[in-house]
Formats: sequence, C-alpha cells, structure tokens
Amino acid sequence: MAFLDRTARSLVLGELAAGMWLTLRYFFRPKVTINYPYEKGPISPRFKGEHALRRYPNGEERCIACKLCEAICPAQAITIEAEPREDGSRRTTRYDIDMTKCIYCGLCEEACPVDAIVEGPNFEFATETREELMYNKDKLLENGDRWEPELARRLELDAPYR
Amino acid sequence: MYDFFHNTNIGLVILTFIEALALLVPLLIGVAYLTYAERKVLAAMQLRKGPNVVGPFGLWQPFADALKMLMKETIIPSGSNRLLFLMAPMLTFALAMVAWAVIPVDDGWVGADINVGILYLFAISSLGVYGIIIAGWASNSKYAFLGAMRSAAQMVSYEVSMGFVLVTVLLCVGSLNLSDIVRAQHTVWFCVPLFPMFIVFFISALAETNRSPFDLPEGESEIVAGFFVEYSSMSFALFFLGEYANMFLMSALTTILFLGGWLAPFNVEPFTWIPGVIWFILKICVVLFVFLWVRATFPRYRYDQLMRLGWKVFLPLSLLWLVITAGALMAFGWLPNT
Repeated sequence: MAFLDRTARSLVLGELAAGMWLTLRYFFRPKVTINYPYEKGPISPRFKGEHALRRYPNGEERCIACKLCEAICPAQAITIEAEPREDGSRRTTRYDIDMTKCIYCGLCEEACPVDAIVEGPNFEFATETREELMYNKDKLLENGDRWEPELARRLELDAPYR
Repeated sequence: MYDFFHNTNIGLVILTFIEALALLVPLLIGVAYLTYAERKVLAAMQLRKGPNVVGPFGLWQPFADALKMLMKETIIPSGSNRLLFLMAPMLTFALAMVAWAVIPVDDGWVGADINVGILYLFAISSLGVYGIIIAGWASNSKYAFLGAMRSAAQMVSYEVSMGFVLVTVLLCVGSLNLSDIVRAQHTVWFCVPLFPMFIVFFISALAETNRSPFDLPEGESEIVAGFFVEYSSMSFALFFLGEYANMFLMSALTTILFLGGWLAPFNVEPFTWIPGVIWFILKICVVLFVFLWVRATFPRYRYDQLMRLGWKVFLPLSLLWLVITAGALMAFGWLPNT
C-alpha cells in the first residue's frame, strides 16, 4: 500500500510542480542586485575604510605624535618620526601608512587620543601600482581635508557607543 | 519570374537558398537571444538582474559575446585528432540547422513538405550524438571522454521512450507528415488527450538536448564542461549554437506534436486574425521558457537515477500508454484514415 501511495505520488509530479511554483513566484519578486558603481549599499558609521589624518577647524593638524597608533598597530603598518616645530609644539615630520600591510582593524583610530587618525567611509582607493599604496603624511592629510564633513558626521553618530 | 524560380535548375537553387536563409537567419538571431533570455530568466529566479550593461536592458549582450568568441584564438590540443576535432562542432551545428528543413512554420510554410517528416527529424536528432562522441574522443582528454560517454548513453536511452511517444501521436494522426499532424489537432490539441505523453515527451526532450536537470554530459561541477572542455573560440561557439538550436528544435517539435503548431488556441474570431507564424513562435517561446524555468528549479540528476528514469519509468509508461491509446482508438472506432 505504501509502495502504491509513493508511486502514485511520484507519478503526479506534485513535488516538482511545487518547486516550479516557488521559482515562478521568485521570478516576479523585486531584485536585490545593486547596480554598482552607479548604486551603492549603505555603510555603517563604523565602517573601516581608507585612512585619513584630520585637522582642527582652524587648520591646525590634530596629530601630536604620541605614537600610540604606531605602537598598537598589529601589522606594524604605521611609521612615525617626530620633532618639535619652531613654535615648540610637538608634531610629526613623517607619518607613513603602508596600506598593503594594513589589516583595517581600526585599532589606530581607537588608540588616538585626539581623533587625528581615522578610518573613513572610502573603500574605492585601488591603485595600479604598489607604490601608490605607501601613504605619506601629505596624502593622509589630503584625505582628511577631502572627507572631513563625512568623518565628523560619522564620529558624532558613533560617539554614544564609545 | 515565377517560371524562372520554379522551372529552371538555377532558379530552383536560388529559391531554395533564399528559403533556407529566410528560416536560418531568424533562427540564429533567436538562438543568440535565447542565451540572453536564459541569463535573464535564471537571474530573475535567483533575485538577480542579469546582463543589463551592453545596450538598453543589456540587449546587445549576445552580439558582444559573439564578437568576443570570434576574436579568440582556436586552440587545438597537441594530442588531439585535428580533423575530427574540428569536424565535430561543425557536425553538431549543421545537424541542428538541417533538421529545420521539415518544420512547418505556418500552413504551407515549410522547406520540404515530405511524408516522412517525423522520421527525418528522429534520424537527425539521433545523428546529433555523433558530434558529441567525436568531440569527446578527438579531444584526447579524460573529462571530454567521460562527458561524451555519458551523453551517448543518455541520448540513446531517452530516444527509445521518445520514439514510443511519437508513435502514440502518429496513431492518432495517421500520417508522418508534420503539417498533417498539426492539421489533425484542429479540434483539440494533443496535449489534452495525451497529457501524460506530453509530459514524458517534454522531459525526454530535456534529456535529449542535455539540458538541466539532465546536463550530466557537461556537468560543470564534476567534469568541468564535459565533451567540449578542450574547445575554444569559434569551435566552442558552434557547439554552443548547436545546443541552443537543438533546444529550439525540440520546443518546435513539442509545439507541433502537442500544442497545435501554428493553430490558434481557440478557433474563433479575434484569435484567428493573428497569423499562424506568430502563434507558432509564441508557443515555442512558452516551451523555451519552461526549459529555462526547469533549469532554474531542479538540481542535476545522478547518473544512475537518469538511467533508471529512462529505462524503468519512461519506457514502460510510454509503452503502456501506447497500448492504451491503440486499444481506445480501435475500440471506439476513432482510427484516422479507415
């Protein structure tokens, strides 16, 4: 009896029809594809992308060369050299990040006491040569100037959770 | 003019050539857009968008693909049999095209209105397996060889049950001429009285064209691409075109045998205004959509399951239905041409 039941069921192709019905319903569903690079997905305020060195509103650079980021960097991607400037304040003379070494863990950002080094929302910084990924201080400050409005907004949004 | 085309040899040759082109050019464009439709339908069923970059809605994608194929280098493996290696794709492609000679697109619109049309089709589709076997053997590669073996076994198994289905239809028509088969469905399409056979025929057609879920010969996940692993460029494109043209052919055959060919679904006013060709193309499109739909839905069969389905389910089922049909036709005196 069970044999007959099973055979009859398989001959009616009920399960196949159920499967086809499912795919047909999916056929008419809205699609999830994002048409990158014309459309982009949402990014969290904590997203860890390309690095940037920020400045104060008066144009003074934030970094005080405490070297906490260099110390905490697990990939040892950051190199800092510092000496006092003419006005006696302590500033970096060299601030390099090797983006090929960086693992985007965000520890430099966490360690920084003055919110100078941050990881921004930009993830589209692919280059054609390896050398272009050895960022120096100029490049990082330029990134900071370019992304500042966005960086400030992100820090503000994330501040309640820190 | 009429005299030149119908009563002189040169005129007949030119006329035949034009007729063939008039059928094959739309067919090849259709094949190109079938690849596009396949990608779009699969994408939609997987909640993706599919090709949409080249041209409006990605409509130029098939031509971009064809150009890419033409630009590539034809690689001939050093261990292969050169002659057979190059002959196999041509054979597959030519056979897929040649079969269209007997397909009636509309009442009287047929290349060769021969009385053994269905036998011709059956013979051509059986020959198709040679292209695959030759390709698998001539490549001198183990994957290609395995693919060819699987494909040969599969096509031979499914042709048997397909043959019985054809015989069932022929019993109801009393003719081997494809146009007569369509005309016999004037009152009711054969997919209604012969519904189980329609399903068996459709599934066999899937197996015959090596389509998913019976795409073992080219099973990407097991034997790379099966019998055409070693092919590249235009020789690959010919296989590809041949395979898709075969899908077209099988859906045309399904349409003619079971879905009433060029006939309108209801023999009443608004439906009969639309020309038969349009109905024929529409029906082919519907069958092709089901081909793609099936591909999007079912996983691939295992080899032994495939063989079991062919020999232990379809063969007895179609044989039984053949006997029942023949008995019913005799008992109720419905036999045609008596």
